[in-house]
Amino acid sequence: MGREFGEVILDLQSVSLAFGGVKALTDISFNVREHEIRAIIGPNGAGKSSMLNVINGVYRPQQGEIILRGQHFTRMNPYKAARAGISRTFQNIALFKGMSVIDNLMTGRNLKIRSNLLQQAFWWGPARREELAHRAKVEEVIDFLEIQHIRKTPVGRLPYGLQKRVDLGRALAMEPSILLLDEPMAGMNVEEKQDMCRFILDVNDQFGTTIVLIEHDMGVVMDVSDRVVVLDYGRKIGDGVPDEVRANPEVVSAYLGASH
Amino acid sequence: MLYRENGQFRTSYAADQQIFPIAQDRWAILAIVVFAFVGVPLLVDEYLFRAILIPFLILSLAAIGVNILVGYCGQITLGAGAFMAVGAYAAYNFHIRLDGLPLLVSFLLGGCTAAAVGIFFGIPSLRVRGLYLAVATLAAQFFTDWVFLRVPWFTNNASSGSVSVANLQILSWQIETPTDKYLLCLTILVVFALLAKNMTRCAIGRQWMAIRDMDVAAEVIGIRPLFAKLSAFAVSSFFVGTAGALWGFVHLASWEPAAFSVDRSFQLLFMVIIGGLGSIMGSFFGAAFIVILPIMLNQFLPAIGRVFGISISTAGVSHAELIIFGVLIIFFLIKEPHGIARMWSTGKEKLRLWPFPH
Repeated sequence: MGREFGEVILDLQSVSLAFGGVKALTDISFNVREHEIRAIIGPNGAGKSSMLNVINGVYRPQQGEIILRGQHFTRMNPYKAARAGISRTFQNIALFKGMSVIDNLMTGRNLKIRSNLLQQAFWWGPARREELAHRAKVEEVIDFLEIQHIRKTPVGRLPYGLQKRVDLGRALAMEPSILLLDEPMAGMNVEEKQDMCRFILDVNDQFGTTIVLIEHDMGVVMDVSDRVVVLDYGRKIGDGVPDEVRANPEVVSAYLGASH
Repeated sequence: MLYRENGQFRTSYAADQQIFPIAQDRWAILAIVVFAFVGVPLLVDEYLFRAILIPFLILSLAAIGVNILVGYCGQITLGAGAFMAVGAYAAYNFHIRLDGLPLLVSFLLGGCTAAAVGIFFGIPSLRVRGLYLAVATLAAQFFTDWVFLRVPWFTNNASSGSVSVANLQILSWQIETPTDKYLLCLTILVVFALLAKNMTRCAIGRQWMAIRDMDVAAEVIGIRPLFAKLSAFAVSSFFVGTAGALWGFVHLASWEPAAFSVDRSFQLLFMVIIGGLGSIMGSFFGAAFIVILPIMLNQFLPAIGRVFGISISTAGVSHAELIIFGVLIIFFLIKEPHGIARMWSTGKEKLRLWPFPH
């Protein structure tokens, strides 16, 4: 495809995570290069979502290190991760149900707000200007995701496919450098999947965003991703470009299954 | 036909982000505010001011405060009465101990003190939520009850345990008649309601709502729960505390801790639940419902009884008042769990399309 990648931007080194006696992740290392689309696949309960939760600091691994642009983190937390430019979507949509689409996306701009509470209370110059500037940015995301018609709708009233899109929009509104997508296409029909694929590829292409993706639809994974990590029972059993992974006998027996 | 937005094009984000983007709403609100300032003082008698309008205004202010915490930030509280008490007693102490301190400054300092206390009692919200948090804030209630009853310093060693203020004055404006008091409360309420509305439509309001709706997701996009929750407690308590100062100084003029008992906390919580959680407008509806309805029932029940040839005793009236009030609350909560504010907005939606159903 002639795609070019930069340096390793995110490097996970022997990460282990356990909940009591349950080992969710065991000694997992892999890296993500700038501008690539990196997929994580594996059967249910393999630790894929835990992996994302470790990357953006929702879970704290017992062992291992996260190296983000050369900076070592043994204890990541969600705030630090967000500051470092990592944003994510959720498997079971975690939108703010009581708020409109615009407000949901505007929360994504939260870290960029500089005005303080008093200025906001008085709708004072800087607060007002900021509101308008961020609104303009958010409208760009809305245009990009083609959700203009629902911008004022409370997200709780939207159908599932659109909620997924708004979830992506909120992550994009942060202007992330690394975007973590947790099953962005789960439960979608073919057209919605096609749209979502298009958005993911466009984000990667237009904004140069690095993407880490969990997905169960193998057709999608093999088509869009540059490299794939395969997890099973919290261990890494495969890593490489899609064709390598597809040919790996361990991966086939654990997850893909042989074609008969 | 009057309520249409056809032809009102919003061509800038500023126009779209106004508090009332529809012109008719703007004019209606402006008319109501002007009427409240100019018309009401000319029309209304003293009893109505004292018994209904002043309590309604002050409790609306407190309800806005409670709504910021419960409705916008999703942190349930049963300590509103306590924060009102803190506001009232703090303002009282500032008022008598610092000679020549302007009255409004005393009120605001009372509010600030309540905010500080609110932050303190908000700390448990970082660990517990829901009913458990309600119990934790209930501690504030009992604590302040105890402090203001038992520590004589706060009441300036008053032997009766009750404190009183007199000769309220702002610059050269003597606040004596009910009309003066009404105008003072109204002015403060209008300003504070505007501030609350601004906060809730700005970044801070979105942080609160994000924490309310989905706290993990809020954290992941870089909202710090510590700041969001404690700022909600602070702002809410500031509003409630200022309302408490007004309640003590303007409405009661002389009061004891029982004026801010746990009943008051429940009353305020019911106001925001019935009025509409997460709506500034709803706080007004809720306050009106809780303050005005019992008095209306009290006034009109005997008259209604007479129509049917039944004479109701005074005791009967007050019992019936409670029964009807309770039934109405249940009715409202079943019919519209999101409160009167939601009914109002649904009604407006319908009106925009009328006479067509869709």
